[in-house]
Amino acid sequence: MSRVRVLVGTRKGAFILSSDGSRTTWDIHGPLFEGWEMYHVKGSPVDPNRLYASQTSGWFGQVIQRSNDGGSTWAPIGNGFAYDGVPGTHQWYDGTPHPWEFARVWHLEPSLADPDTVFAGVEDAALFKTTDGGATWSELSGLRQHGSGSQWQPGAGGMCLHTIIQSPRDHDRLFVAISAAGAFRSDDAGVSWRPINRGLRSDAIPDDDAEVGHCVHHIAMHPSNPDVLYMQKHWDVMRSSDAGESWFEVSGNLPSDFGFVVDVHAHEPETVYVLPIASDSVHFPPEGKLRVYRSRTGGNEWEPLTKGLPQSHCYVNVLRDAMAVDGLDRCGIYFGTTGGQVYASNDEGDSWATIVRDLPAVLSVEVQTLA
Amino acid sequence: MIRVVLPAHLKTLINQHHEVLLDVVGPVTPRTVLDALEASYPVLRGTIREPTTQRRRPFIRFFACETDLSHESLDDELPLLVRSGDEAFYVIGAMAGG
Repeated sequence: MSRVRVLVGTRKGAFILSSDGSRTTWDIHGPLFEGWEMYHVKGSPVDPNRLYASQTSGWFGQVIQRSNDGGSTWAPIGNGFAYDGVPGTHQWYDGTPHPWEFARVWHLEPSLADPDTVFAGVEDAALFKTTDGGATWSELSGLRQHGSGSQWQPGAGGMCLHTIIQSPRDHDRLFVAISAAGAFRSDDAGVSWRPINRGLRSDAIPDDDAEVGHCVHHIAMHPSNPDVLYMQKHWDVMRSSDAGESWFEVSGNLPSDFGFVVDVHAHEPETVYVLPIASDSVHFPPEGKLRVYRSRTGGNEWEPLTKGLPQSHCYVNVLRDAMAVDGLDRCGIYFGTTGGQVYASNDEGDSWATIVRDLPAVLSVEVQTLA
Repeated sequence: MIRVVLPAHLKTLINQHHEVLLDVVGPVTPRTVLDALEASYPVLRGTIREPTTQRRRPFIRFFACETDLSHESLDDELPLLVRSGDEAFYVIGAMAGG
């Protein structure tokens, strides 16, 4: 019988939540790396026992951990994230030039082909890659140096590269997203890059349809249709049907088109999930009701999913990497909140149950579907 | 031997829950002690000093003999009692709360 393993990163450690295919009872393992901010934990799609974790601290900097046994044991690996060459400057909040400074790893994306190859998205925004299981990291500096980097500016959470997607059809095609620079694509395994933000409009920047400067919060893709991308932008839920060449809005009837997460059903490429947040000034759900919205039409027409979720006095946030789907027959959906709850649905979002409710603030949720 | 006391999170990282004892060749300064520490425990590279600049991380402090040495040169010799092993060199995580 299949099993699932949910990898949860929080402000004060990581947790591994495990269940059989019914996804009704859960074993909770953790905290791992207690007291550290665990920005992201993710497993290799090639070798599910190979896990990577970003462990970071305002005091002690960045550590990367690796497990070869599904999270039972861990060992620190390389943490040398040195920008290529003289890193130059990007824009600071006040528009003045500011030198690129490494702060932390936000996202680890193991390659679709090789468990020793991993991409790392960091703050200040850059993309790194290891091909030796994390012992050493090299910057794919064509992204930062493609031409617009000096215009990039941090969002409120820092200038982070938070989304990395490798196309399952062509492994040399990579998508990344940066707050607050926008989305970028490489078709040559990360050597060269270009912005893919045509169609995005952002009122908070001087030129609302500028080539860069958009605060993209997250992007999701269904592996069977890698030309279709869904984006939760600072405001607006967007869709591209041409691998990012152009975007159009699919916010439709959402109660708010602000939010952080977006994900796609494991078996239905046109079924999409978002979790609306009231606004960028409050960062909690509209009306204090925690509602996942599902579209079965690739956007525009959305239905609220509320069964089992708090429908009054709920004022948590769900951060950009804190939603994931499993690959079981009735697709499971998972998300974690800044209030420390991890919710799961074993029926495509129709109903929800709490796996655990008093963790530290959840930063990331990933799911592994295991044979 | 030079005695080094680390903050709890770094002790956990190196799986060493007591003082660390180090052989330091040449002058005993914060820099040579940290170099020896990182040579013995490579995972500590970047956790006490910025990896590129080698500057002390902002929320790290160095104490010895009831004195804050954080703002002294990394190349100043440490007090005799540290060099003799009678006192430890302390790496401290700055206090923070809320």
